[in-house]
Amino acid sequence: MTASSPEFVPGPKIKEPRIVSGRVRPGAEQWSWRFMRLSGPVLVVLILTHLFVNLMTGDGISQIDFAFVAGKWAAPLWQWWDFLMLALAMLHGGNGMRLLINDYAHRAWLNKTLHGALGVAVLGIIVLGSLVIWTFDPCPIDADPSLLPSFCEDVR
Amino acid sequence: MWMWVVHRVTGVAIFFFLLIHVLDTALVRVSPEAYNEVIGSYKTPLYGLVEAGLVAAILLHAFNGLRIIAVDHSTWALRHQKQLVWAVWILFAILMVGFLPRHLMHVFGGA
Repeated sequence: MTASSPEFVPGPKIKEPRIVSGRVRPGAEQWSWRFMRLSGPVLVVLILTHLFVNLMTGDGISQIDFAFVAGKWAAPLWQWWDFLMLALAMLHGGNGMRLLINDYAHRAWLNKTLHGALGVAVLGIIVLGSLVIWTFDPCPIDADPSLLPSFCEDVR
Repeated sequence: MWMWVVHRVTGVAIFFFLLIHVLDTALVRVSPEAYNEVIGSYKTPLYGLVEAGLVAAILLHAFNGLRIIAVDHSTWALRHQKQLVWAVWILFAILMVGFLPRHLMHVFGGA
């Protein structure tokens, strides 16, 4: 590579990648690139709708309380909506943070530590959020009835 | 170059908010009182302004991300990428003009 003749230089000299992870999977970065470009537009639709419904309709931020969340998650559509948004956003954001760590954390131990912390955070938040969405009870038995959505009266 | 900085800064801000947002929403699983108390702090003027900034960050990241995809996939977009940066900011400004008055009325209007 370095023995190429000086009069024939096909392009600007490119330095070796700064970080050599040691775990080279063929095509991994290409899949990361594809995932960002596929999940991005989906997230635009999911999140802008989320913001419009929660902050623009009705009383906006003032309307958000337990009863509001319970009213939404009573419908499977919003459960799936929020679950998809949670998983895609954490993976998209987590992958973005991974790229930033590789760009800025050059010391091997720091790079490794940050990647480890990132992995724990991404996985932990997806698991926690999924449990909350899928085990949610809109009408807890021991709760103050005035804080619950109105349909809870019919359930009892 | 500047849009590259904007994309990174907004991306990091959104990521950390997302962590907090899942944790505060998880309180619905603790009790209605716990959730209402914490979400109540989001309705204070200070958090109301932070939320406006967050919505701004999300809109910028979203539209600039779509611009990046367009530039990667079409030579037309590549040739017009400077105009597309303007399109990102104009679209962003229009949506913020629609969002801000309504949001600030909810936060400061005592509704």
